[in-house]
Amino acid sequence: MYKVLKKAELAPEIKLLEVNAPEVAKKAKPGQFVIIRIDEKGERFPLTLAEWEPKKGTITLIFLEVGVSTRKLGALGTGDEILDVVGPLGNPSDIKHYGSVAVVCGGVGTAAAYPIAKALKEAGNQVVSIIGARTEELLILEDEMKGLSDELYISTDDGSKGYKGFVSDVLRMLIEKGYRFDIVYAIGPPLMMRATANVTKPHSIKTIVSLNPIMVDGMGMCGACRVTVSGETRFACLDGPEFDGHLVDFDELIKRLRVYLSEEKQAAELYEKSRGIKRA
Amino acid sequence: MHKEKRKHAIPMPKQKVEERIHNFNEVALGYSMEQAVAEAERCIQCPKPQCIQGCPVEVNIPAFIKKIREKKFDEAIRIIKEKNSLPAICGRVCPQEEQCQKFCVLGKKGEPMAIGRLERFVADCELQKEVTVPPRPKLSMSGKVAVVGSGPAGLTAAADLAKLGHEVVVFEALHVPGGVLVYGIPEFRLPKKIVQAEVNYIKKLEVDIITNHMIGRLYTIDELFERGFDAVFIGTGAGLPGFIGIPGENLGGIYSANEFLIRVNLMRAYMFPEYDTPIRVGKKVAVIGGGNVAMDSARCSLRLGAEEVWIVYRRSRKEMPARLEEIENAEEEGIKFRFLAVPVRFLGDEHDWVTGMECVKMQLGEPDESGRRRPVPIEGSEFIMEVDTVVVAIGQTPNPIIQRTTKGLKTTRWGTIIVNEKTGKTSKKGVYAGGDVVSGAATVISAMGAGKRAARSIHRYLLRKKRMQQRKEYCQ
Repeated sequence: MYKVLKKAELAPEIKLLEVNAPEVAKKAKPGQFVIIRIDEKGERFPLTLAEWEPKKGTITLIFLEVGVSTRKLGALGTGDEILDVVGPLGNPSDIKHYGSVAVVCGGVGTAAAYPIAKALKEAGNQVVSIIGARTEELLILEDEMKGLSDELYISTDDGSKGYKGFVSDVLRMLIEKGYRFDIVYAIGPPLMMRATANVTKPHSIKTIVSLNPIMVDGMGMCGACRVTVSGETRFACLDGPEFDGHLVDFDELIKRLRVYLSEEKQAAELYEKSRGIKRA
Repeated sequence: MHKEKRKHAIPMPKQKVEERIHNFNEVALGYSMEQAVAEAERCIQCPKPQCIQGCPVEVNIPAFIKKIREKKFDEAIRIIKEKNSLPAICGRVCPQEEQCQKFCVLGKKGEPMAIGRLERFVADCELQKEVTVPPRPKLSMSGKVAVVGSGPAGLTAAADLAKLGHEVVVFEALHVPGGVLVYGIPEFRLPKKIVQAEVNYIKKLEVDIITNHMIGRLYTIDELFERGFDAVFIGTGAGLPGFIGIPGENLGGIYSANEFLIRVNLMRAYMFPEYDTPIRVGKKVAVIGGGNVAMDSARCSLRLGAEEVWIVYRRSRKEMPARLEEIENAEEEGIKFRFLAVPVRFLGDEHDWVTGMECVKMQLGEPDESGRRRPVPIEGSEFIMEVDTVVVAIGQTPNPIIQRTTKGLKTTRWGTIIVNEKTGKTSKKGVYAGGDVVSGAATVISAMGAGKRAARSIHRYLLRKKRMQQRKEYCQ
């Protein structure tokens, strides 16, 4: 059992849990994730590690409440327990001195990008961060990202804060202005990662994306997370989750993510009904 | 009447077909006491029994059958457990027809003894009451062993090492121990309660089983030694699913058998939405492959409500590697078979959901290195099968994480670990391996046999190591 030690709400439906998991905390590296199962009837699902403290023995999970499992997780409070946490899983990010790095992230993906950006900064890189959200109140980790970045740009879809538009638009603008990036990290929803990869491709800027397909075991046993990279089938949990964004078949990833939409809806409705929650 | 009984084994009572295809309850119901004793009476107690040589863990078969005949069931199970720590499992899933029963002399003139059913009977009898645990021997020089993987190989190695007096910690990556016994083999062939009961027996032998620990990611093999283990046994199986590698294979509705079975068996997706893990099975399912995994997937599909389930296999019925009993069960349940056919591409709709597969007909050519006739495509014989769900069950290879993260561990080009067959010793000092990670996907009992052999040689290795340590300390 893995105890919840701290809980916070970062934005509407975006929550933070600090969880006691000493062994994972000691071994985690930027870019890695855990698979969790909340209770006996729960499903296994992946969450990227947002932070970890080896001395305290804790890991930090930041997630958007989208389906039954993330809602169940969001309903946990300090002192509650998560039944299973396994990790760290996946290959760590390839952190080294590249020179100038753009970290482009959207929505809850900012939580996954944060430890990578931090490590890139610590490795001596010039870090330009672009963080985005649908609207101002959904922006997370702004101060944290600001603290580690040499420059920080913000965009919102509705223009309520920073640039109006997408993070990929801001990146395009910077490149057109003459910014030279040695590498771009793009982490967020697949549409956003695809858009970012499309911006960098004509400029041949190496672009790393962190893919988020459906996972079950997260250890290479099932292939639910398979993606096509450079025309070949790869398992995101085993060979990734990071890949060269210019080689990923995003259309396929997006379609595969929708496979269980109706079941996900059914489960979430049932859960809400059981808790007497009504949602618009 | 008496003669007739000698020729034929007592049949296994089974759930009726029309009922069982709608539930996940166990199909084979097990012998009653009367049936077990009657079957045991068929055994002629050969002075030089042939059956034992067919058992990879060398159970003294005639001796335990004699005890059943005498209705001394407690003594029967004790004889089995001297060699086999998972008898309720083996009695259910071993391919006895190719092992112990293959050598039974009764098989020459009639049906061989139903050894598996009798093993299951006494194991189940014991599980219904308090299980007795053998006393742990006091070893003056015991060692600490890490067992990686809690499938049949790991559990057997762990149990045997504990019984020899060593300290054993089993690391399991999933949230429950059992390996393929829990995620692969369906409830209707092997109830998970039975697996849990047998795992509990192994825990009672003072084996520490730790779940949610993926060795290779959390700790490398070298780090296990740094953490104070004297030896490591790798029993991580062959869990990496194979795909065919043809166009359209990543369409929605196409599963690896592993994903399909993990969702159904481990995550209980058949109880969705009571359980949170979903599964989607359409009306017309095709399962590609001819092994036990293919039979299991097909029979699960049926129970999930598919109207038509096809096994599509590239050779003919004769070459199918699945157990005969399981093929027959599948046939009884209405699974259809399409032999000598191979899919060459999958077709999808506008939502990228699978709608069909183009197959090519095959004919059997010359025997290949496995001795089976090699299937050769017949040119121009392409045809289309309409399907909305596909399960790819064409085999698995070992998970590569440990091999990738362990220096000095020799592997084959298929990723299996190279060992000395007799001892399970790998190329790396103090590291042993066995089961599917060495052989590639094989049987539960052969993995147990490998675990047993490795435990024996780890024991010798530990005693030697401890003796040397003592000598060193003494000289200093």
